[in-house]
Amino acid sequence: MTNKKSKKAVVYVRLKDGVLDPQGTTIQKALVQMGYKDFLAVRSGRFFELEIDAGSSDIDRKINEVCSKLLANPVIEKFEVEKKQ
Amino acid sequence: MKFGVVTFPGSNCDYDAYAAVRHILKGEVAFLWHKSEDLKGCDIIILPGGFSYGDYLRAGAIARFSPIMNRVVKFARSGGMVMGICNGFQVLTESGLLPGALIRNSHLRFSCKYVYLRVENNATCYTNTFQPGEIIKIPIAHGEGNYYNFEGDIDKLEETGRVVFRYVDNCGKVTREANPNGSINNIAGIINEEGNVLGMMPHPERAVEEILGSTDGLKVFESIRTACSSMVKTMGER
Repeated sequence: MTNKKSKKAVVYVRLKDGVLDPQGTTIQKALVQMGYKDFLAVRSGRFFELEIDAGSSDIDRKINEVCSKLLANPVIEKFEVEKKQ
Repeated sequence: MKFGVVTFPGSNCDYDAYAAVRHILKGEVAFLWHKSEDLKGCDIIILPGGFSYGDYLRAGAIARFSPIMNRVVKFARSGGMVMGICNGFQVLTESGLLPGALIRNSHLRFSCKYVYLRVENNATCYTNTFQPGEIIKIPIAHGEGNYYNFEGDIDKLEETGRVVFRYVDNCGKVTREANPNGSINNIAGIINEEGNVLGMMPHPERAVEEILGSTDGLKVFESIRTACSSMVKTMGER
């Protein structure tokens, strides 16, 4: 934790439509096996909470940059950014 | 000619690659440390297998930003030979030197076994000592080797002979059963358009002595040496 004033952003990374998701498929199969037949498909993904220096400039561009360079692999994944105060 | 083997934190096949070159091929080889930017005058860089940076985030995603990779990417872009084995292949796709991505094996399990490959293109720097269509036996050991790319890009790879190795059965047939990870079209290894960067999931460095179960992998190293010496020869003639 920093003492600096900060704000938060949450980044959601998920596989692009059409990209095979073996984990999601396995989870869905497990659900069916457990008796939860209502869940027809599961797609897995991940999220990141970023704590950002409140004084930083041009932050939208920087968030987009780190998402496409590191947090997501643009070949197979897409991302969404949710900014929080 | 000199081989260079990169060691990332978490690499675990770097010594195998080093040993294959030094003790079996009897070639010159140096280790290259991930924090260094010195390629030590190597003619071919090997990105070895392992779990660089613990495979955190995505396999190969963090290794791609290490200091040595800055130099490796520049070296590759200027025509230098770079081969990625297993985790090294993942680093190459993450760094954009090879197209596509390697995702979770379709069955979700880590798979460690001998597989059969068919040499689909023997006109590369990495396969010139193989016969066309040769069936070889080389081990795999990975959890994320499922080669994925979009249809158009796959077609392009196929049409231009850039699929170098394909998983097959022991008769050389491309079957679903012979595909250990769900890779599209049973793809096991690809090369870039320029022909200097190769990525493959199977481990040729683990198949270089009879005692290991196969010596088929040695031909990859012999091919590299042949390619490098003919390059030096051509340069000398100029």
